[in-house]
Amino acid sequence: MDRSSPSRSRRLAPMVAVAAAAALTLAGCASSHGGKKAEEAAQNASAGRADTPRMTVALVTHQAPGDTFWDTVRKGAEAAAAKDNIKLVYSADPNAGNQANLVQNAIDQKVDGIAVTLAKPDAMKNVIGKAEQSGIPVVGLNSGLSDWRKLGLLEFFGQDESVAGEAFGDKLNTTGAKKIVCVIQEQGNVGLTQRCDGVKKTFKGTAETLYVNGTDMPSVRSTITAKLKQDSSIDTVVTLGAPFALTAAQALGDAGSKAKVATFDLNKDLVKAVQNGSIEFAVDQQPYLQGYLAVDALWLYKYNGNYSGGGVQPVLTGPAFVDKSNVDKVGQFAAKGTR
Amino acid sequence: MSMAQQAEPALGRPPAPGSKQQDGRTARRPLALRLLARPEVGVFLGAAAVLVFFLIVAPAVRQGSSMATILYQSSTIGIMALPVALLMIGGEFDLSSGVAVISSALTASMLSYQLTLNVWTGVIVALAVSLAIGFFNGWLVVRTGLPSFLITLGTFLILQGANLAVTKLVTGNVATDDISDMDGFDQAKKLFASSFTVGGVEVKITVVWWLVFAALATWVLLRTKYGNWIFAVGGNKESARAVGVPVTFTKISLFMLVGFGAWFVGMHNLFSFNTVQSGEGVGQELIYIAAAVIGGCLLTGGAGSAIGPVFGAFMFGMVNQGIVFAGWNPDWFKAFLGVMLLGAVLINLWVRRTATRR
Repeated sequence: MDRSSPSRSRRLAPMVAVAAAAALTLAGCASSHGGKKAEEAAQNASAGRADTPRMTVALVTHQAPGDTFWDTVRKGAEAAAAKDNIKLVYSADPNAGNQANLVQNAIDQKVDGIAVTLAKPDAMKNVIGKAEQSGIPVVGLNSGLSDWRKLGLLEFFGQDESVAGEAFGDKLNTTGAKKIVCVIQEQGNVGLTQRCDGVKKTFKGTAETLYVNGTDMPSVRSTITAKLKQDSSIDTVVTLGAPFALTAAQALGDAGSKAKVATFDLNKDLVKAVQNGSIEFAVDQQPYLQGYLAVDALWLYKYNGNYSGGGVQPVLTGPAFVDKSNVDKVGQFAAKGTR
Repeated sequence: MSMAQQAEPALGRPPAPGSKQQDGRTARRPLALRLLARPEVGVFLGAAAVLVFFLIVAPAVRQGSSMATILYQSSTIGIMALPVALLMIGGEFDLSSGVAVISSALTASMLSYQLTLNVWTGVIVALAVSLAIGFFNGWLVVRTGLPSFLITLGTFLILQGANLAVTKLVTGNVATDDISDMDGFDQAKKLFASSFTVGGVEVKITVVWWLVFAALATWVLLRTKYGNWIFAVGGNKESARAVGVPVTFTKISLFMLVGFGAWFVGMHNLFSFNTVQSGEGVGQELIYIAAAVIGGCLLTGGAGSAIGPVFGAFMFGMVNQGIVFAGWNPDWFKAFLGVMLLGAVLINLWVRRTATRR
């Protein structure tokens, strides 16, 4: 004890100093505006609670860690689970093989239902077949619109990325855009490519694609700046995720460009940006709704035998547009992180 | 690889006080070859070649403001590439440096927001956290003698998971809240993420910091005792220890230096984008390491410079933005990037090989 104490205290000293400094600043340096204090206490949506026996549902997505979009899907699923007396098991892996293993894991757990995304349908085929053999109902959400019936899924909740892209292109035509650049934050992602292709299909002007490194925001910013400088005739930047839209708006300033920004997907900062006019509009596929409906559908199926779309038609959750005309209404929900 | 050893000062030899190094390695060579043998000259020529290439094929690069964009991208990589390079010269490796940037930004942002504090409090606590992460890496490497690859791979995974889990736990979302309306934000933004105008061109402050840090690192490496220690521990740890180099201190402090860099870049991210997504940063560590290696730092340690990684980062920024300025088919983007970088590294290698032959 004695032998070790001097060196230990020497090592502890800086830590203690830091803690003390922190405590002092905590005491004396409160911010007079912004921050948590300014955030209004938000309540989650609640629609009573079912008294049916508890069931377990697995939601398995291809979420990459830390993506705000999937967080909203999960919140929707959790809200439905809380209402339906469901134990929700959430798991995700962007690698298709790993995602298939997670579905297998859910089968092994003998869950009462599985909700799954089909970003890479071929990789999921076998394991979904196994779930059906074990008598577990499987519903699809978000991606896989063209494959869910082939794989024998019960129903599907999502947005057709191509349809959303086409609607986006139409909307751009009404804003008078002539030349756009579609910014893809992950090279090789099928859904993102479908969006840009959809936009190009209906957009009447010229469209280009730009790839950026989505895990490095300074790089996203400078790459968009470079593109705007290279081609000053670009009048609209189209991004495929909310954080990238906000960064694109900064890149416009850097490049001294008068272009506009329009985007897919929402978050609460983006809602503010639509309100103050720095972002033109956002197309919303309502991820909360996707998560909520998928889980709720499994409950309805188990306790009432219902399935939406009769097993033939998908249930579309988007595209819904958010612009100046309706942003205030959406904003109050987005502030809770559920839109 | 042996040619790179040329750049290595007095391996395993104690820096004799008062006497200038006279190791005879350059005495009989003409000045041009001596210059070429420096680790940073190859990368300098490579960077110059890439620059000239893009000046020719991409007219947009010729504007001053385009150069400012390229320098901005280079600086955010370059500020981290510097401590990463010093660490590599010291014979170690840090895979956690990419996510550590985000950990730091998340810490500052969440602490300030959740407790409604002046953002400087968050900035200072984030510095402490970043240095502690560096200390932890260094201490564990020195204590266990395990390869830093393994230790920092572990830290990388821990930080990646903690970034996500803690952010979700604290904010209820996977991104932090906007802190741009809080006290101290504008001041901090001035320091970490402002810009100024030179001759009509808007230059980001990170470019200045990058060059200041590079000058500082060069001075430390070439003119101080600590600089000699870095080369010594990277060359041969045992003989360095035998001649009285404080190996433990040197290694731990190098890891903490990487922590400092991560803090600085993290603060830049936070104050220029107001919020941080917890999943960012993965993969950046390889870009920092690439910039250092392109800049002439050996993966095996013991050799390199601080100015080399500056050109390495510049080359990365130049290629990255040059492809966009040139308006090439973006489907080939990553392939172009890889080809250009390989080409530049090969020029770098060829220059050194030519310079050190005979």
